[in-house]
Amino acid sequence: MTSVKKKGLLGDLKESLIQKVFQTSGLLAIIVLLGIFALLLYTSIPAFREVSLKEFLTSSRWDPTSPERPEYGLLSMLASTVMVTLGALLIAFPVGVAVAAYLSDVASPRVREIIKPVVELLAAIPSVVVGFLGITLVGPLIARIFNLSHGLTALNGSLLLAVMALPTIISISEDSLNAVPVSFVEASLALGANRWQTLIRVKIPAAISGIIASLMLGMGRAIGETMTVLMATGNARSFPHGFLQSVRTLTATIAIELGEVPYYTTHYYALFAIGLVLFIMTFFVNLAADIILEKQKRKLQ
Amino acid sequence: MKQLRTKPKLGSWLVAISTVLVLALLMLTSPAAAQRKMIQIKGSDTMVNLVQILAEEYMAKKPGSAIAVLGGGSGTGITAIINGTCDLANHSREWKQKELDLAYEKGVRPRIFAIAVDALSIIVNDRNPIESLTMAQVGSIFRGEIKNWKILGGPDQKISLYGRQSNSGTYAFLQEHVLNNKNYSQDVKEMNGNAQIIEAVTQDLAGIGYVGVGYLYDENGQVRKGIKVLKIKKDENSPEYSPLDKEAVYSAKYAISRPLYQCTNGKPSAAVADFIRFELSPEGQAIVEKEGFFKIGQELMQQNEKNLR
Repeated sequence: MTSVKKKGLLGDLKESLIQKVFQTSGLLAIIVLLGIFALLLYTSIPAFREVSLKEFLTSSRWDPTSPERPEYGLLSMLASTVMVTLGALLIAFPVGVAVAAYLSDVASPRVREIIKPVVELLAAIPSVVVGFLGITLVGPLIARIFNLSHGLTALNGSLLLAVMALPTIISISEDSLNAVPVSFVEASLALGANRWQTLIRVKIPAAISGIIASLMLGMGRAIGETMTVLMATGNARSFPHGFLQSVRTLTATIAIELGEVPYYTTHYYALFAIGLVLFIMTFFVNLAADIILEKQKRKLQ
Repeated sequence: MKQLRTKPKLGSWLVAISTVLVLALLMLTSPAAAQRKMIQIKGSDTMVNLVQILAEEYMAKKPGSAIAVLGGGSGTGITAIINGTCDLANHSREWKQKELDLAYEKGVRPRIFAIAVDALSIIVNDRNPIESLTMAQVGSIFRGEIKNWKILGGPDQKISLYGRQSNSGTYAFLQEHVLNNKNYSQDVKEMNGNAQIIEAVTQDLAGIGYVGVGYLYDENGQVRKGIKVLKIKKDENSPEYSPLDKEAVYSAKYAISRPLYQCTNGKPSAAVADFIRFELSPEGQAIVEKEGFFKIGQELMQQNEKNLR
């Protein structure tokens, strides 16, 4: 029933025009990315006229409004960000992969039809709502379990970020498990392996790069998350020594201080320098994820 | 087939919902609201509730006037005046020299009015046995030199510090007048506003925080449950006074009180000046007292009069 279109000069013109539009849209994404990078770089450089790069990267004190001596050390925040993020992934990764395996291997189509949209809805919860849950529910619970006076800790942030990273990890892991060719599974079952053995020894190894990519993308999400950690982790500037301590991440620092900072001061530029560090971190994490995903695609084809 | 039939239904629902939303938006931005000249006020979180109530009373009295009050912190308000993005800034600390320089550079001439007096209050959890502290002790606690309640005669528990963010006037005021211009401890948990500090200290047995006096009271004018307002001594040998004690604040016996300011760029416009006059009138000052803050004294009032002209 498909109708064949007339292909005249006009049709050719239309086609090339449409092609151009799509091409520009594709290029636009690259231009925006480069533009953001250039802007961040351009706005961060003036910070280093007054702050040495060594102080910025190795000092653990950040106190730009100090009446004694303004200090611009990144280290505590960097450590906090890494800690909260890794904590979140330690929780989210095993759970996420287990759910993905369940969805792709065990769950009946009906159950899958319910669980999959619910997992995706999890990604739609605004981060401020998750943060609120951290203050009113998860935080007090942590305080009670660990016998602390308050629950505004790195652990609180990790738990909440784990929930936020789960949808990414689950849906990408599941996709890559589903992409494993049926012939692999059939061969394994034919050789007498049961379903559990097939899953653990055949499917997961075959899909491992996709699963790792899901981890990286989940990490990208967790590093960049702002509102939730801002609300849940207490924002103390000190260097983190454990998960039961209040911490302040890179994103929280920018969010807290950019609103009030007088423009075009060292403090202002230093905040952009933090933004640049964040950008570089998430860029490389996402890039690594993309490369791994691409590798898997090629391997399975 | 089933799915195909449900799809248009969802579409029509979306159309219906968005129509309602658009209508609601149109009603909100009706021309009547747009025609009024809105006075934009921005700044101190400590003052935002007070100024909001003053503005509501004023708008009720003067139909046709419109005032929008936003928080964000004293630094935010002062920055907004410098950048020309508000008509009136609330600030609970004085201008810093750097800010004045920047303002003059940009041709902004701040005129400052004191509209109320705040007694900065130090609060702990109501189950904390400590009743009073000296100024020096408060300073040491927030500098991180005293780390355990035991040293102060309390239980053997690590002190859990709550404070405001560095854009807060209260943060800056305490740093200057109580911490003697020394750094805050790196362990202070930075909360987003007075209300969050009260909420945190209510839950935290070992917590201590600082808030504006107006935030100590609930809707019924009672001191909030779960917190204890500490009495403050100027030094070891002075008597202790509570910020809840009006007489002590008015006679400046309570050690950490401060004026709350508003400022304009240059001579205030007729509309803004009229609002400031209302705030300074006996009626305005009565609202200030009802909200838990304190009236301004003779000297500051004369200064205000000069700046209004």
